[in-house]
Amino acid sequence: MPNERSPCCTDPLDTRCASGYSCAASAGRDPILVTTSTITVADRWDHFLARWGFHRVGHRVEPGLYRLGNPTPDSEVFVSANYTLSFDALRSALVGLDAFILVLDTKGINVWCAAGKGTFGTEELVHRITATRLGEMVRHRRLILPQLSAPGVSWGDVLRRSGFLVEYGPVHARDLPAYLKTHTADPVIRRVQFPLRDRVVLIPVELVQAIPVTALTTVILGFAAGWVVAMQFLLAVLAGTAFFPILLPFLPTKDFTTKGLFLGLLVTLPFVLLIGYSSPDFSLYSTGWAIAGILIFPAITAFLSLNFTGSTPFTSRTGVRKEIFRYIPVLAVLGGSGIVLAILLSVARFAGVI
Amino acid sequence: MFDSYQETSLQFFPARCINCLRCVQVCPHGVFVPGEGRVDPVHPNDCMECGACALNCPVQAIRVQSGVGCAWAMIHAALRGKDMDNCSCGGETGSCCGQGDSSPGRGEQ
Repeated sequence: MPNERSPCCTDPLDTRCASGYSCAASAGRDPILVTTSTITVADRWDHFLARWGFHRVGHRVEPGLYRLGNPTPDSEVFVSANYTLSFDALRSALVGLDAFILVLDTKGINVWCAAGKGTFGTEELVHRITATRLGEMVRHRRLILPQLSAPGVSWGDVLRRSGFLVEYGPVHARDLPAYLKTHTADPVIRRVQFPLRDRVVLIPVELVQAIPVTALTTVILGFAAGWVVAMQFLLAVLAGTAFFPILLPFLPTKDFTTKGLFLGLLVTLPFVLLIGYSSPDFSLYSTGWAIAGILIFPAITAFLSLNFTGSTPFTSRTGVRKEIFRYIPVLAVLGGSGIVLAILLSVARFAGVI
Repeated sequence: MFDSYQETSLQFFPARCINCLRCVQVCPHGVFVPGEGRVDPVHPNDCMECGACALNCPVQAIRVQSGVGCAWAMIHAALRGKDMDNCSCGGETGSCCGQGDSSPGRGEQ
């Protein structure tokens, strides 16, 4: 029976592969794919859509083995997730390098989240090594994985089951060129940071998630309680979803909920002053609304801020659990009493009592 | 005060450590540093319980209750009557990373 494999599937030195030649799938082996280090306009548009949460699980690349440039049997093998932002960060960091990239099927999820979920894990890695017959493509037995895949991968199990030794590269793909010079990582590039840029790029998707409920509630509040109250609500949500990520390191205390309460108070106070200014006689009604605002809106900001824990790279489950049990009852009491007060004020005004 | 992150489930058993430094390599928060014949957990309170060190320790010298520190996922799990300590990340079941990509903090890598 003739060998149906394309030559480039058996000979890593065949240059047809590097020039866009697409290998046909052969019996028992996934086709070998080709990629470059170039990020196109289409790629950037895809990144933009991903950042805005559009079709959030649709930003995928085909899992499998990729050739980058003209790899030889001695070329490095990098491993990545099949999320476009992850894959593109890797390939664009490897400009001028001939290498293989093994893309795991992480269901379109980034490396760290997929590692936490287990889809970027030992099982999938061993399976993908076998399916692509990686061992026939390279002479060495070394894989370079992103450091943040380590929560899902056991290097010992991978070695035992596939014969490949896992080497954890740096946190960010952009540090790979420096890493590859010595195959050791400076402690700085092994640390996860959460700089302003990383926090700001989270805001669009946070806003998109919040828009439907927020818009509806704002309109209802506008007609039911007045547009000042509606604007208070809108600002409270904006504070929790947009201002909070920006100001995170500068807000007092370490707990997210108390940071959020502080921020919520800051954005609510101008409205309290506005209400007081528009009603200088400090009537019971206006004072009551001011108090209700202070009770309700900072609690909303605080709750949204607490939910931001999942987007950060440093909150532990133990700590978040503690925050939930410590503050959720407080927020419920604050918000609940504020809503009760607002209802009582409205009823009293409707009844002509105040 | 107002710091819920002073406790961690991380446990280190120095007598078992063979100083392979895998934990130093995988920890994204520098919890472990190389020491004399074994690693030193110098910043245990920085541990985010991702579990990378324990999973990659060849001699089980580290133990940690790994999980995802995401309030939304935990509250969501609790509201649905599920175990809030076993909610996962990056999934379609209302998890911390939304549908997998919302977290460049945990994201672009």
